[in-house]
Amino acid sequence: MSAIDAVASAFIVAGALFSLAAGVALTRFPDILSRMHAATKPQVLGLLLVLLGCALRFRNTVDITTLVLIGAFQLTTAPVAAHMVGRVAYRSGLQRPDLLVVDELADRDR
Amino acid sequence: MTGDARTRRANRAVAVLGMALVWILLWGTFSWANLLGGLVVAGIVLLVFPLPPVVFAGRLRPVPLARFVAWFLRDLFVASVQIAWLAFRFGYTPHGAIIGVGLRVGTDLNLTLTAEALSLVPGSLIVEVDRAEGVLWIHVLDVRDRAEAERFRQDVLALESRIVAAVGSPDEVRRTTEGGVL
Repeated sequence: MSAIDAVASAFIVAGALFSLAAGVALTRFPDILSRMHAATKPQVLGLLLVLLGCALRFRNTVDITTLVLIGAFQLTTAPVAAHMVGRVAYRSGLQRPDLLVVDELADRDR
Repeated sequence: MTGDARTRRANRAVAVLGMALVWILLWGTFSWANLLGGLVVAGIVLLVFPLPPVVFAGRLRPVPLARFVAWFLRDLFVASVQIAWLAFRFGYTPHGAIIGVGLRVGTDLNLTLTAEALSLVPGSLIVEVDRAEGVLWIHVLDVRDRAEAERFRQDVLALESRIVAAVGSPDEVRRTTEGGVL
């Protein structure tokens, strides 16, 4: 196993750990808005690390261009998906006021 | 920032080239046939799904762009570690806050870029967008009091400044650096 393969494995394992953390956070966080945080950040970083590991492992342009596209679309779509879910949750009254120290959106709508 | 026919055409050309690039990346190898195929597909996509024009008044500045990307990657890493840490802190309930931040540059492009970047950086999620006013309502995770929420507001404006410095027009850059906080 070459040094590059070792680095690639390290990236993939780190990415898997971030994805695991995202999954744990998804089940443990108290309300839907907090859960959307878990669905965007650690999950995206985890995927990027896995893609980076794969790129180091494959080392040919045909595969790497596909990996670049996966990463780019993940970065652009994950926030939109989380925003849509969060927005619908808030409008349906699924937010928990007891978990919010400030809610300026409610102040505006009042 | 006039949406005249010339800028409209230039924006369409950028969109076609961008989509053609994605097409070539999907095939994985560059060939003239791929480039031609990509241009044809991109043209059809633009014809079939016409979108409202995106006004791009600024220009790309490489150094601020690199600075923005570096900050973004750092923020993404910090955010992920923070949430991973929260996930394994049993018996602790993270509180949040929803704050409204009025951006100083209310163009569609800036609103979108700032919202996208914000969603991926520490503790923020866009709950609602007021496009007419240029206001983002952001859910912030793990906030204990009002002072922390205020500090986050400053972070959002700093992020906006970095984006505008990277892609904004000179006028927009002036607006964000003069510190006219809404």
